[in-house]
Parts: sequence; C-alpha cells; structure tokens
Amino acid sequence: MSTAFDILLNGVALGSVYALVALGFVIIFKASGVMNFAHGSLLLLGGYLTAVLHERLGFYAALALAVLATALVAGAVDLILLRRLDPHATHVLTILTIGVDIALMTDLTRRIGGDLLSLGDPWGGSVSTFGGSTVPHTRIASIVVSLLVIGAVFAAFRFTAWGLSLRAAAEDREAAALMGIRLHRIRTLAWCLAGALAALAAVFLVAFPAPGLERTTGEIALKAFPAAILGGMTSPPGALLGSLLIGVTEALVAGYEAELSALGGGFGDVAPYAVMLLVLLARPNGLLGEKEAIRV
Amino acid sequence: MSDRWVSGRQASGRRVSGRAALRRVGPARAAGAAAAVLLCAFPFYLDAFWLQVGLFSMAAAIGAIGLNLLSGTSGQLSLGHAFFLAVGAYGYVWLAGEPGPGLPPAVAMVLAVCLSGLAGGLFSPIAGRVRGVYLGVATLALVFLGQHVMVNAEGVTGGFNGRSVPPLEIGGFTFAETDPALVVLGVPFGAEERLWYLGLVLLAAVWFSARNLLRGRPGRALSALRDSEVAAAAMGVPVARYRSAAFVVSSMYAGLAGVLIALAFRGIVPDYFGLALSIDYLAMIVIGGLGSVGGATAGAVFVTALPLVMGRYADQLPLVAAPGATGHAIGPTEAARYLYGAAIILVLLYVPGGLGGLFRRRVRPPTPPVRQPKEQTP
Repeated sequence: MSTAFDILLNGVALGSVYALVALGFVIIFKASGVMNFAHGSLLLLGGYLTAVLHERLGFYAALALAVLATALVAGAVDLILLRRLDPHATHVLTILTIGVDIALMTDLTRRIGGDLLSLGDPWGGSVSTFGGSTVPHTRIASIVVSLLVIGAVFAAFRFTAWGLSLRAAAEDREAAALMGIRLHRIRTLAWCLAGALAALAAVFLVAFPAPGLERTTGEIALKAFPAAILGGMTSPPGALLGSLLIGVTEALVAGYEAELSALGGGFGDVAPYAVMLLVLLARPNGLLGEKEAIRV
Repeated sequence: MSDRWVSGRQASGRRVSGRAALRRVGPARAAGAAAAVLLCAFPFYLDAFWLQVGLFSMAAAIGAIGLNLLSGTSGQLSLGHAFFLAVGAYGYVWLAGEPGPGLPPAVAMVLAVCLSGLAGGLFSPIAGRVRGVYLGVATLALVFLGQHVMVNAEGVTGGFNGRSVPPLEIGGFTFAETDPALVVLGVPFGAEERLWYLGLVLLAAVWFSARNLLRGRPGRALSALRDSEVAAAAMGVPVARYRSAAFVVSSMYAGLAGVLIALAFRGIVPDYFGLALSIDYLAMIVIGGLGSVGGATAGAVFVTALPLVMGRYADQLPLVAAPGATGHAIGPTEAARYLYGAAIILVLLYVPGGLGGLFRRRVRPPTPPVRQPKEQTP
C-alpha cells in the first residue's frame, strides 16, 4: 500500500515539474507557432546560474536572479533572432531554435564539465514520514510551488491584458493585429515567461533525491514534449493534464519495473512516448487540443 | 525549364557563339558533369580522412533527400528519421551477419531497405491521422522507442555495445581491405576508396529517382497536399494513400543511408541513432532549402562535413586549446559545436531559401531570354 502511495506521489511530483516545462512549450507555441528546441538549454542555464550564485547570494536571491536572467535570454532569442525572420515560416524558426540550443548547450556543458553541482535548496535531503511511507520535502515543495506558479500563470491568461492579447493572437493573428495588439511584444513576453518557468523547473528537477545538476539535465526537458503534445499543444490545461499523466506513467513503470521486465530494462524512460503514441492514435490533436479548423 | 529555353533559342535561328553553345548545354548540366568527373577523381588524390568525410556526406545526402521528400515536399514534419536509418543499418547487419540468417550482403542490403520501407508503412496509421507539430513529436517517440529496443534486443542488435558490420560483397567484389591489396593507377584501393564509388553510384541513383519523382505526378500531388489537403483531395489526389506513400519512400531512402553509414563506420551502436541525428537531418533540409533535391544534398554536406572538418582543424583556430587541456578551456570539439550552432543561425538569418537557393541564383539565368522584348526588336 505504502509503495503504491510513494509511487503515486513521485509521479505527481514529477508531473508537476514537467508541467512547468510543458507550459513553457505551450506558451511559446501559442504565441509564435514554434516548437522550442532550445528549452532544454534554457532549463540548464537557469539551473547553472542558481548553482553558481547560491553560495554568494543565498538560495532565494540566486533563484530569483537565475529566473530573471533566463527569462531575459529567452526574450533575447526572440527579440534578436526570431524577429528578423518571417513569422509564418515556423519550420525555419523551429530550426533556428535548434541552432540556439546547440550553441548555448555547448557553452553550458563546457562550463559544467563532469561536475555535479548542488543548487543549495533549503529542503536538502530532509524527509517526513506519513503512515509508514517516507516523503522527501522536495517532492512536496515541487508540487506546492508548481501549483502556485501554474495557478498564477493561468490567472494571468484569464485576467491580465497580456493574457487576453495572447489568447486573441493565438486565435487569429490578423484580427488581433487589427485590434491594435502588438504581436511582437506579446511574443517576446511569452518567450520570457517560458524561460522563467524553465529556470524554475530546473531547481526541482535536480533537487533530492536526484543527485544534482549535471550536463545531461537539459535532456529531461524533452520529456515535456510528449506531455505538451498529449494534452494538446494549444491548450495550457492540456499541458497540465498531459504532464501529470506522463509523470505518473513514468513513476508507475519505474516502480513496477520487476513486474514489467518483459519490456526491457529502463522502460520507464520511454513509457511516456508509448503512452503518447496510443493517445494520438485515438485523438490526433491531443486530449484537450483544438481540432484544426480547415478553411476552404 | 532549361530544355524549353534551348528550343526557343534554336527556333530564333541566330548564330550560336561558343559561349552560347556552353549555355545551350545548360550551365547547370555542365557544372553537374564537371562535378561528377571531379568526384570520380577524388579517391586518387585525397587521404582517408577526406574520403570518410565524403562518404558520410554522401550517406547523409541520401537520407536528407528522403527526408526532404517527406518534410520539404509533402509537409509532414518528421523527427524520426534516425529511427529509419537505424532500421536500415541494423537490418543489414542482422540479415548479413552472425547471429542472423547470414544472407549474401547484397541481398541483405536490398532487404534492409525494404525493411525500412515496411517500418515506415507500419507507422502510417499514425502518420495518416496526426499533423504538423503533433506528427513531429509522434515521430520523436519512434526514436526513443527504437533506441530502447536497440539496447534491449541483444540477440539482434548486440545491445548497448552494438555490432560490427560485415563488409558488402557484390559478385565476388568486396568493399573492404583485401589481401593482396587492389592497386589502381598506383593508388592502393582500401575500404574507403571502394565505398566512395559505391556511395557515388547510390547517391546518383537516389538523386535522379527523387528528382523524377518530384517532377512527375507524385511530386505534384505531394506539393498539392502540403499546400492544402482539401484542395488536393478536390483535385482527385488520394490524400491518405499519398501521405503514407511519402512516409514509405522516405523511410526507404533513410534505410539506404543507414546501410551506407553502417558500411562506412564498420560498427554501429544504438547511441548514434538518437535524437541529435534526427535533428541534424532536419537541419540539413532546412539549411539546404526545403523542397529541392540539390538543396538537401548541399545541406547534408554542410551539416555532416562541418563538424568533422572543424574538429580536425580547430586546434589551428585562435582561442582554441589543444585537446585534453585542463580546466574548462574551449577544446576543438566545443569550438566545432559553437561554429555549427552559429552556422545554422547565420545561414537561416542571411541566406533565405537555403544553400540550394543560393546555388540556383548563381547558376541559372533569372528569366528565359526568349521572352525579353529585345529579341523581337533588332
């Protein structure tokens, strides 16, 4: 019983972190139609800055600075590079993010090298015990913080002028532009927000019981791809649902690996993709994604 | 296009000067012939490193032409190209090797290509339904699931450490080092030199077949599909059939590229066929310019050769430390990666239409002269 509870909690915590990353994907996709391949390196950048700065500034100040810096870098990618190109050629923009990812990732992996960096988070390895199962505080923190942050982002979508503009722009670019919405500014802000979310996600991805920040941490961002697709790339609540599904699936498959040994070792890492394929067979636009309207 | 131009020129009945005669052949065609002669001469002058670079470029070009057919022409974004390359490579190794049926390598090569096509066909229930970015990530799943199988199915794939590749043999001729060594015009022909010509023949076959495909009825149908499925369906294009056919044909090209890569490497491991490889192929066709065979080839050479050449000469660049230097200095590998990333960004920003477009602008006359008014007024 307690193992099942542990696994479920693990899955939800993992899902909440994926949700931060997947929400970033969805925001960028809604605002610019781009699949952001540079997300992994943005995540790594946020984690790296926190790791380097926390000894001098303390954890919270370092995290705030890292989130801000990552947001600025993400915004700069849009402002300096993507804005020069035709916004309708989304495949070119997508490949451009690959170029950014290669350059940024190379620099970060060179700096990190073979090291294992600690982010100095206040929860450390502390645990609580509830009815026979041990729960690391980092898990609880990640769920709580993700809930708060995602709630704030959803509130921003719903209630702020920026959120309204973003939704309008995603609905119909031309009409939005005609209504006086500055598409460029909306897009740059969307990139900033996605960068900030990625930097925040880095903290919980590398916190206990994970060993720490290493150069491969950025690859975890890729798991948020199936999460975002599964829920529907155009739907923020879908990203949330997809992330939870992916997180729980991964934890379940990893937790019951002995029973699933027929599928080969380490199937937990690829289970999200298998689930995604099955869902796409039944619902080609994801669980909550809008069905594409075809205009003739 | 150029043929029509030639007949118009001849019909005008003017004297043809020497330069015009060259133009009559078509500058593109003359350049093509010159390039072919040059490519055939390379093994006599270049060392093994450059031949390796060329071989990988040719294999990549075959794969890129296939991906271009799928993503460039018919507009189906695929991040799963590495998977189909892997099916081709592992298919060949298993079919021709031990453990495995141990078929003659030439037969194994053909069957491996068919196997890749089959894998592409099996994916069509998803490819037929899912579109755009969804298809991109769905194909991404193929890469990860494929790697999982490659690591775990040890009996077929050799697991994490991979397998060595049996050399290709066609009619008693082996594409590998033999004893006694084969010497042509004073140049010893080892594996690289022999595979070079195999690569050239395969690339030429793929180049022309893909061009004919694109210029014929299927190519028009696929372009129509990319621009508007509804309009294409209204014009009588069977949408689902063409979508999955594009997947099958593109996978077969990928499988052939996989076989050639396996032969060039002489050993394959699951790690190689990862997401990075898929992304490289996508970068190739976008850098080369979507939708053209020449562009895909140019992009393939650019993306494949750049890191290899950079890696070899990076220590002569300023600000680059020698390999194995202590601390966090910039080594040759990092320098190559930086330049690769920067090159992608710069090409996309400053060469719209890709490398293929650049080439076309330089070589082909912008408008057919027949249509210019000065032809009519002497």
